[in-house]
Amino acid sequence: MGLAIAFWISAAVIIAAALGVVLLRNIFRAALSLILCFLMVAGIYITLSADFLAAVQILVYVGAISVLIILAIMMTREVQRGNLSNKLQLPAFIVAILFLAVLVLTATNTPWPIAGTAPVAPTTATIASRLFGEGGFILPVEIAAVLLLSAILGAIVLAREK
Amino acid sequence: MAILDFNINRQVLMSAVPPDWPGGFWWHWLFFTVVIIAFVLTMVMAAIYIERRGMGRMQSRLGPNRTGPFGLLQPVADAIKVLLKENIVPTKADKLVHWLAPVVAFAPALMLFAVIPFQNGALLADLNIGILYIVAISSVSTVGIFMAGWSSSNKYSLLGAMRNVAAIVSYEIPLVLAIVGVVLIAGSLSLNQIVIAQDIPFILLQPLGFFLFFAAGCAEINRSPFDLMEADSEIVAGFHTEYSGMKFAMFYLVEYAEAIAISAIITTLFLGGWRGPLLPPWLWFVIKIVAVFFAMVWMRTTLPRIRIDQLMAFAWKFLLPLAVINLVITAIQVLAWPDTLPWALIIVNFAIMAALVLLWSKFFFKLGWGRIEV
Repeated sequence: MGLAIAFWISAAVIIAAALGVVLLRNIFRAALSLILCFLMVAGIYITLSADFLAAVQILVYVGAISVLIILAIMMTREVQRGNLSNKLQLPAFIVAILFLAVLVLTATNTPWPIAGTAPVAPTTATIASRLFGEGGFILPVEIAAVLLLSAILGAIVLAREK
Repeated sequence: MAILDFNINRQVLMSAVPPDWPGGFWWHWLFFTVVIIAFVLTMVMAAIYIERRGMGRMQSRLGPNRTGPFGLLQPVADAIKVLLKENIVPTKADKLVHWLAPVVAFAPALMLFAVIPFQNGALLADLNIGILYIVAISSVSTVGIFMAGWSSSNKYSLLGAMRNVAAIVSYEIPLVLAIVGVVLIAGSLSLNQIVIAQDIPFILLQPLGFFLFFAAGCAEINRSPFDLMEADSEIVAGFHTEYSGMKFAMFYLVEYAEAIAISAIITTLFLGGWRGPLLPPWLWFVIKIVAVFFAMVWMRTTLPRIRIDQLMAFAWKFLLPLAVINLVITAIQVLAWPDTLPWALIIVNFAIMAALVLLWSKFFFKLGWGRIEV
């Protein structure tokens, strides 16, 4: 009962906030709307007993990525006059429709099994052993780390004055 | 004490499945929400008094001493004065965001206290990811400061907000790395478990981690000498230049609530939290918080403000390498000597700290070098 209420509130706010991101003319408010959306996704994770994931969601998406987005908006010229327009409306529309089609197809073709067992008690240790333990995802994790590092170095090389 | 009754409710909270509206849950929630709000407001008043009087002493002047005995009612007078002021909103401001910003900044500062134990088991939610929750929630208040800086449509507000975000993003890394050292030793992310694990306060086992956390924490909450986000002589008052009345009071409250929160986190992670002989646990907790806060005031009056480029250089060239080295050393110690006599480790760790800090401050990094760090 309580979980259902929490879920539906989060879901409604997520959709409203996501619409706000697309529809708001003021780009700064759109970014704030995106932050609200991220926060509510963390709420959904909490209703799914994924507490570690919820905290990481807030830390990474609200604390880091949103702040970078806002920083980028502040650095943009003439952003005070509102949303800048360009001629990319048609390509954007096509890409969005294609993406929506892929999502709808995936969602309708997935069986969505529901686990009968209770959720694992502290999730942190389980996630850690899946990521770093034997037979886990240690190789992808390391590759992601190297990828991020090379991206940082690349950004420094690009931004550095000659 | 009502604490005994909450042991049952705590089991509900600690279970992984979210409690589906059980009867006792709401009483626990209500009780600790009221306690936390009262605690934060009282401590903020105390902090303002300590800061103003203490700074007065340290700067060879009297400080506020007219309202009430020893000036004790000065925070109350300040609060009433600021509440009666007119609320001015700039014409060009983004009104909605301008109004929301203090709320967004204040909520995380209050939410931090949900996982901090006042005594054994006496906390709103004993999350098993407690310290991660703190790191995550505290990063949200950046958004509030950003909103304030942007919506005021004032260049000084914007500059203050940008400085703030640059500082927070940089200092979060050594801060979290210092926390990881503590978590490695304690073997738990829950703050209550971390306190229970501290048979000797972790400041002895993690002296370098403590100083890194203290410095990075002060920078995160804009305490002097890292207060250049609101440097009065450069950018008026930073992100809250255009705020007045109640909304300015909210930002003032956030500043001190965050200072108290950082003191409480330092107390919990490094100073043994509520543990101590003779006195009741909550009193120990309050005493330690006040001691840490006093150290912050002391630092504020002693050190001059650092420049923006020095701020960045200090985070990336001094705190970050030391934090990484501290983490590696701690990991080796935890893996290699899990059950050794701690006193040997304590001496070794203090020696390592002294050596590293000397090495870095003498040879690898000096604040300024007499030129501009880019």
